[in-house]
Amino acid sequence: MKHRHFWDRFFRYTFFMAAIVTVAVLVGILGMLLVNGGRMFEQVSIREFLTGTRWNPSAYEKATYGILPMLVSTGLVTLGAMLLAVPLGIGAAAWLSEVAPKRVAAIVKPIIELLSAVPSVTIGFLGIVLIGPLLARLFGLHSGLNALNGSVLLAIMALPTIVTVAEEAIRAVPIRYKEASSALGATRWTTLIRVTLPACYSGILAAVMLGVGRAVGETMTVLMATGNSSAMPGGFLSPVRTLTATIAIELGEVPYGTTHYYSLFAIGAVLFLITLCVNWLAERIAANYRRMGQ
Amino acid sequence: MNQQKIAGLGGFTLLVSCTVIIVLVLAWLLADLISHGWQVISWSFLTAYPHHGMMEGGIFTPIVGTFWVTILTTLFALPLGVASAVYLHEYARDNSTTRLIRAAIRNLAGVPSVIYGLFGVALFVDGMQLGASLLASGLTLGLLTLPYIITIAEEALKTVPRGLREGAYALGATQWETVWTIVLPGARSGILTGAILALSRAAGETAPILFTGVVFYQRYLPSSPFDTFMALPYHLYVLATQHHAIEQVRPVAYGTALVLVALILILNMLAFFLRNQLRRPL
Repeated sequence: MKHRHFWDRFFRYTFFMAAIVTVAVLVGILGMLLVNGGRMFEQVSIREFLTGTRWNPSAYEKATYGILPMLVSTGLVTLGAMLLAVPLGIGAAAWLSEVAPKRVAAIVKPIIELLSAVPSVTIGFLGIVLIGPLLARLFGLHSGLNALNGSVLLAIMALPTIVTVAEEAIRAVPIRYKEASSALGATRWTTLIRVTLPACYSGILAAVMLGVGRAVGETMTVLMATGNSSAMPGGFLSPVRTLTATIAIELGEVPYGTTHYYSLFAIGAVLFLITLCVNWLAERIAANYRRMGQ
Repeated sequence: MNQQKIAGLGGFTLLVSCTVIIVLVLAWLLADLISHGWQVISWSFLTAYPHHGMMEGGIFTPIVGTFWVTILTTLFALPLGVASAVYLHEYARDNSTTRLIRAAIRNLAGVPSVIYGLFGVALFVDGMQLGASLLASGLTLGLLTLPYIITIAEEALKTVPRGLREGAYALGATQWETVWTIVLPGARSGILTGAILALSRAAGETAPILFTGVVFYQRYLPSSPFDTFMALPYHLYVLATQHHAIEQVRPVAYGTALVLVALILILNMLAFFLRNQLRRPL
């Protein structure tokens, strides 16, 4: 009898320890980024790091550690992706939840969700062999590996998230809103535009933020398809190098323990903080939305 | 025909075209992948080692590497993830510790994969002195997949009816005995779904293994968890961007891409059907 209770307690603690690992990992990641990244600031000022426009850590004379071009690149590529994916995604979500016949929606939705399973390295490869040549021909460029290419690919990758979350948000709008609107003589289209979509505005915003979070953190696609130029980008048609791509390119060749090595962790810390803020914002918005629905 | 009707017609057409565009783009990408990749894939492509600077031969070495690293990931992340889910769903009360754990899981799911790569380098490769190895990569991918496994396993635990647990308690079982003999067997297929999805995620990731164990090329298969390895996603990256003869090697790259996508889509469809099976009442 006694050892049954011993095992009962033993496993209760074991399960608890397993669950605590997640907290430890999150704290560990943050600590690792801050400690390793922090060592870089013994050599370089935070201001120079965040606002410097030149990234040249392996320069023979004087190494420079400005990440502003990367921040701009990440912002540019993400912005382009959202300009493409948000209207398309919300349109598709509205159609799937409000208009589409049930049987069609039941086929189309899993197909769009399946898209999220395609590995990013494959999407990047298609960016090189398909989207790149297409863009080069369209705009008369020498090479189609630029910010726009990255934006197209990231839009493709963010779409499943945006469609799924926005679709759920639209579906969650209480039916009595729509009934009231119809009773007042509004058409289905007017009801959708004037009543349903405004009612789930914040749910859709949460979907967009989740898409942004995914686009900012994506590595392989932008690494392969955006041309990797560390200069300040001039626009959507110039090659860019994002925060994620810089880490992926340079971590492999940098000597352990140098300022350059630590600077990559500092970039990681910036990236981590950006995605943390974006996801936190998405969560806040979604939580508010749920409360409103009740 | 009044103005409102025209607006409605135009509006709904716009919505349909959004959906059609998405589906067409997806079809275009897949069609290109299949039409180019299909010509390359043969039995010998799947079972031969790469040779002549990876321009000839097959992709057996990366396939085996991906297989092993995925197995290691699952061995590490599945027990840990299921145990966490059991704690959260069966034991935890709604207090600040539980909320902290849930917040950590949500945030971990949003951490970019390249940061897991950095963490893997700092903790497993340098910190624990595992070196660049299958084991370090498997552990790194394990951390990456952990939040997904926990979420899916918890969903599975939710499907086990409350009455079954109460029945076990009424017969005098302890909580552990209930979990082990009633709850976990009841959630088996849901947990299996989670495991398959995690597997497919781990198999497709590149950034976390980039610095923790994967190599450009090696002639032999890994013989221990401490060996370096080749992997399908990294092999595709190398063939697409790092190879000295990118144009000649393109067919092999297409073949690799198709094998990788096929592997992952098959795993996902398997999970999809398992989940539908699960929706039937017990």
